[in-house]
Amino acid sequence: MNSVIKGASYILAFTPEMVMQNGTTQTTEKIVNPESEYLKQLESHLRTYEQVVSYPPNQAYIGNIHPNELAQIEQPWHDKAIEGASRFGKYGEIMPEDEFICLMQICDVFDLVKLDKSFVAATKEKLEQHPLMTADIIARLKEGEDAELISKLVSEEHSEALYYNKELVGCVKRAHDVDVNLSAHVIHENLTSKATNVLSLLNLVAKNNINKEDIDYVIDCSEEACGDMNQRGGGNFAKACAEIAGFVNATGSDVRGFCAAPTHALITAASLVKAGTFKNVVVSAGGCTAKLGMNGKDHVKKGLPILEDVLGGFAVLVSANDGINPEIRLDLVGRHSVGTGSSPQAVISALVTESLDRANMKITDIDKYSAEMQNPDITKPAGAGDVPMANYKMIGALGVKRGDIEKKDLASFTVDHGMVGWAPTQGHIPSGVPYVGIARQDILDGKIKNAMIIGKGSLFLGRMTNLFDGVSFVIEANQGKTKEEGTVSEEQIKGLIAQALKNFASNLLAE
Amino acid sequence: MDLENQKRVKEFAEKYGAENLVVVLGAAEGEASGLAAETVTNGDPTFAGPLTGVQLGLTVYHVCEPEIKNEVDAAVYDEQVGMMEMVLDVDDIIAEMTPIREDFCKYL
Amino acid sequence: MSLLQGKKVIIIGDRDGIPGQAIEECVKTAGAEVIFSSTECFV
Repeated sequence: MNSVIKGASYILAFTPEMVMQNGTTQTTEKIVNPESEYLKQLESHLRTYEQVVSYPPNQAYIGNIHPNELAQIEQPWHDKAIEGASRFGKYGEIMPEDEFICLMQICDVFDLVKLDKSFVAATKEKLEQHPLMTADIIARLKEGEDAELISKLVSEEHSEALYYNKELVGCVKRAHDVDVNLSAHVIHENLTSKATNVLSLLNLVAKNNINKEDIDYVIDCSEEACGDMNQRGGGNFAKACAEIAGFVNATGSDVRGFCAAPTHALITAASLVKAGTFKNVVVSAGGCTAKLGMNGKDHVKKGLPILEDVLGGFAVLVSANDGINPEIRLDLVGRHSVGTGSSPQAVISALVTESLDRANMKITDIDKYSAEMQNPDITKPAGAGDVPMANYKMIGALGVKRGDIEKKDLASFTVDHGMVGWAPTQGHIPSGVPYVGIARQDILDGKIKNAMIIGKGSLFLGRMTNLFDGVSFVIEANQGKTKEEGTVSEEQIKGLIAQALKNFASNLLAE
Repeated sequence: MDLENQKRVKEFAEKYGAENLVVVLGAAEGEASGLAAETVTNGDPTFAGPLTGVQLGLTVYHVCEPEIKNEVDAAVYDEQVGMMEMVLDVDDIIAEMTPIREDFCKYL
Repeated sequence: MSLLQGKKVIIIGDRDGIPGQAIEECVKTAGAEVIFSSTECFV
């Protein structure tokens, strides 16, 4: 029996100060070119929280507008706003930086995040108004420290500074004097990932009416690594996040694989549920500070705002078949294998058509494809093109080669079976998964019958292999079968035993 | 262009001689191709990497340009690049690459 | 004159364009020696 997608959440955290302090484009520039024009101009290109909330792709990410509605808004989108936009959406929310910094401390169980007293006092009031920040969560927030101590920790103890509205409001301390894996930089990066993941988990249970106690297993699929010098990638962000979110009956583990990790993790989750190992498995990930302002130089050069100013997060619940929610088809899993090769057509054939061939399906038999849903507003000015569109053109071109569609219909294929991108360039966050929640709803509403989720990853960035990677799977409307075919009821078993005994008895009599 | 890649390009030019090298790009569109081409000819236009102010003047092409395509085995080219020819804006790439080669390549 | 025959080739591929390894397969058929091949990623 196939497992189902029972719910999903999508969150963003607006972190403009972390763009300046922690984005690798900026930290690298500070080292190689500290007096650069870019660094001088950067600050004036940062957006306000209100601008980020009303930015159309962000409203699509948290579920307040459908990607089809976003497609109706003429690009570029950076100068457009959704009127009356809310920070809270159908699937999640956009958290401002002050609340997020406090959430980082809430997620810190080793007393490494130090916050200014007055900052905590002011922000705690805001957090108390937050619908998902329950008393037990807020109780983890500490009263705070004197400003002097924080300045000292930053200037003398290598702590990573935390700013809000240009003011130093706290810091993340290093967890070890010598071990670089526990440096303030690494702890900061890992705590931001953890906090965005936790926010995704809290939204998942709240927005989908799920009992926290029912979750058996959590799989984290972010791109960070935690551990000390003796086990650099020791891991289990998943369990650490489940603890803060209050999933008392869950354990978990981490799945890694660059941007393809969320799709790998969803296939793993679906398999665990289908095998009956666990009933409810959550796949989730937090965001990545390193990628903040990644293409900032191009954005500033072109007079655009810094558009990579949010951390992303998501969570998806995979559960046993309830006869209602869309099913995950594990017989339609596609994969890029070691022998596939790296040419784009080999990659896309392995991910899209090889699995469809097994089921005698055409490329046009899949209603929507979700590959890499990066927001083109961010990537186009940076020279990476429109990534989702490039994927749809590749899938369409394969369709032409196979004779599934005619060449003249290539353009309409990219519209009918594709979407515009709306996800921030947070590595794994835009990869396939942004559509899972929307696809679930679209299938439940009867707007589409199925969708293919595709994750692709650049493994060569880790310098361990030159190979590319990717996996895919199909979700489709529930077939309404909640009982495994071929299984037998207790009544039937009793009948079979009775029949066997009767046969045995008659055999005895015959002898 | 990635800083580490700039460093490697510079080292190879010193080791083998700029006149013996050809750089082949695979960028996704015209402007990015032009920026990479400029980096290995006239120096890093973003002033970030080791090639800032270094005018190597290397011979540089995008793999989708006819000069490269004509020299590659047609079957291999079709297998490796064929589909992307339909996806990328090859004309735009050529339009960006040509003037940079004309202005800055020293070994054509 | 051949552009690639006998030349040392540096490849700067792109994950969203043509990856380094695919370019490598191509230029090898033209008699070039690949001395460096990399793939950049902007996303």
